[in-house]
Amino acid sequence: MRLERRANVPLYLMIVAPICAIFMALFLAAGLILAAGVNPLTAYAEMLTGALGSRLSITEMLTRATPLILTGLAAAVAFRARLWNIGAEGQFFAGALITAAIGHSLGVPGWIGIPILMIAGMTAGALLLAGPAFLRLRFGVDEVVTTLLLNFIVILFVGLMIEGPMRDPFAFGWPSSVPVDGAFRLPDLIPKSRLHIGLLFAIAAAGAVWVVLTRTVFGAETRAAGLNARAAAFAGISLPRTIMGVALLSGALAGLAGSIEVMGVTAGVTTTMSPGFGYAGIIVAMLAALHPAGVVASAIFVATVFVGADAMSRATGVPSFIADVIVALCLLTMIVALLFTTYKVRR
Amino acid sequence: MTKVLELEGITKRFGALTANDDVNLSLEQGEILALLGENGAGKTTLMNILFGHYAADEGRVRVFGKELPSGKPRAAIEAGVGMVHQHFTLADNLTVLDNVMLGSEPLFRLRSARTEARDKLMQISERFGLPVTPEVKISSLSVGERQRVEILKALYRDARVLILDEPTAVLARPEAKRLFETLRGMTKEGLSLIFISHKLHEVMAASDRVAVLRAGKIVAERDTNQTSADELAELMVGRKVERPVRQDHDIGAPVLIAQKVRVENGSETQLNDVSFQVNAGEILGIVGVSGNGQAALGALLSGLAAPTAGALTLDGKDVGHIGPRGMIKAGVGRVPEDRHSEGVVGELSLWENAVLERIRSPRFSRWGFVRQRAARAYTSALIKRFDIRGAKPDTRIRLLSGGNMQKLILGRVLANDPRFVLANQPTRGLDEGAIAAVHADLLAARAKGAAILLISEELEEAVALSDRIQAIVKGRLSAPISADKADAQRLGLMMAGVWGDDENAA
Repeated sequence: MRLERRANVPLYLMIVAPICAIFMALFLAAGLILAAGVNPLTAYAEMLTGALGSRLSITEMLTRATPLILTGLAAAVAFRARLWNIGAEGQFFAGALITAAIGHSLGVPGWIGIPILMIAGMTAGALLLAGPAFLRLRFGVDEVVTTLLLNFIVILFVGLMIEGPMRDPFAFGWPSSVPVDGAFRLPDLIPKSRLHIGLLFAIAAAGAVWVVLTRTVFGAETRAAGLNARAAAFAGISLPRTIMGVALLSGALAGLAGSIEVMGVTAGVTTTMSPGFGYAGIIVAMLAALHPAGVVASAIFVATVFVGADAMSRATGVPSFIADVIVALCLLTMIVALLFTTYKVRR
Repeated sequence: MTKVLELEGITKRFGALTANDDVNLSLEQGEILALLGENGAGKTTLMNILFGHYAADEGRVRVFGKELPSGKPRAAIEAGVGMVHQHFTLADNLTVLDNVMLGSEPLFRLRSARTEARDKLMQISERFGLPVTPEVKISSLSVGERQRVEILKALYRDARVLILDEPTAVLARPEAKRLFETLRGMTKEGLSLIFISHKLHEVMAASDRVAVLRAGKIVAERDTNQTSADELAELMVGRKVERPVRQDHDIGAPVLIAQKVRVENGSETQLNDVSFQVNAGEILGIVGVSGNGQAALGALLSGLAAPTAGALTLDGKDVGHIGPRGMIKAGVGRVPEDRHSEGVVGELSLWENAVLERIRSPRFSRWGFVRQRAARAYTSALIKRFDIRGAKPDTRIRLLSGGNMQKLILGRVLANDPRFVLANQPTRGLDEGAIAAVHADLLAARAKGAAILLISEELEEAVALSDRIQAIVKGRLSAPISADKADAQRLGLMMAGVWGDDENAA
């Protein structure tokens, strides 16, 4: 038995592979649910109704999917160019922090202020990734390490700010920053829900990323550099410039996620505002096989698991940590599934 | 004579492709059989079936009269068949002895039998005339020495039939010659050999018998002393192939001039005060044993390396420090040494590869967007003009054969009527038909007035195409000689670093 590389990956496989991966992950997680003494089918049914069973649950799920789409795009863009950005979590908080910092005292109307705050968030995220990218290009420092460690630095810095200069005097219990001005709260997409127009921005971002990657010179050069750096250099493509461009784009997307989350949901920054959006973005990107359109679909799936798991936990008593297990298993099964999309087994 | 090996009716299909079609072949005791065929003719597939890497769909393999179970390399080894792969299968960080013993020892044993193994290895080494030092690491060996270890590895497992897959692909000419002398000596010790090749001259020089494989079928078997290189070439390709001949014409003004150019990488001097001049309508051949600075020369002329001293000018303008993009803009066409790693991005389509070098030119992009329609049309034109087979603009380029890939690379270079062309090993690994096409393209560019610098390790090629020839030895260039005065002996001396100082005139 041996693996043989496929000449072309048929489209149906690109769609079937993640679905198989998801079912495999659910199957494996069923073992743990059984161990918790609950029928897995009951648990998964609870999960589905919890995430998709009512108008409220669907809007909750989509609210959760919004930042995941953006962090998923951030990971997809970077990974395509073989820039291993594990720091979307930190870039998310950087975007959130800067948005909250200038959003409570910016004296302009909402229609000007909201774009300004988004740009500020994107800039913060981009700059945060530019540092590790520079270190890799100049000194060969592994960006996996630097971006990962920066996450903790940024989150601790957020903690420092919200307990100090940015502390909201009216917040009780958990510390939070002063909320952004009401004019900069994103309008609701569906009335009487938490779902805001940030979802539209996220979907538009996926479209824009798709256009950039497939239709522009920058996209073509990035792809070439990611697939064969030597040939790209021979063709005169500047690798440092490509990597830096990718870093800025990736960081900006993660920063935008943080900015939108503040303006759309939390109003102020807290250290607990992200249940790991940045890390989950990596899984979202992998499940989507790094394709921008797929990112939207896989973000919705991951959000369904997260929101559904909370409901399931309330109904059945299975700890809601099972969501993290399922999503992590998806990453593993997807990697196996991707192997079978690029190779076929021959006896 | 007894038959040591028989293949009977071997057929192997990969999907719609029939790689081997009813192949019958036999090998006699003490014989050297050459298996000749173009790339993709099915040579390697056949040998992989023989060795048990693949299972044949039909047919039988018999070794010393006994049938081999299909698809079991271990059975082939035990029956006395050894294989030396084109790409070596040695562990670099282990010693020669470790590599030889690897896999032939039982997995569980308290003490490894190193002393005995060493004795056996030295005995084989002496008997077959393959000197080695058992305790040195593979990483410190030259390519030729590594190949010797591969052969010893097979012999250590008591191989009596040895299969060598393109054994000279990685060797310089003198090393190849030495290898064939060694192989000849080994047959006197009772070994029987099959070697796979697409090079006519070595088949003629080193084999007793030739089997020609074309499109998966054995089309002819000849005794080597009763055939000729021309006949074999025709059998191999299926039609008459003649390499084009260089026509005399007037040489124009100097285009590219290098004056005492030095290229250093860290403390290592890769090119040492090299001077040359390439004129319009002229091919300057650079010959030499691989690893003598060809890579640095290629990098310099591609724009990937800059001179640390001296001047490189194109039509009087300095082009030493303008990078790959600058070179392309200045009218330099570059054919890289290694198609797969430098020439193309395998996972991208033909059209993306065709325009990659000039994707920022207004012809192929506008406002940062790629003009895909223009790029595809351009690629279709290249496919037609340069006879690139089996491809559409959207085909992924790694699916192309080496020859067709090279035609695309040449096409994207020559379609822009370059002032100067760097052709670095343009026919390495190509079959006869593709070589003829590449030569014709280069000569056509020369006729149109391009100045061409050809770096080649194939002496026949350099002599046939070049107007003048210089040798490269340890980063230095000899003075040029006219190609008419270049014979094998003189070039051999030049490549060994022996050249007179009075050879200034071309």
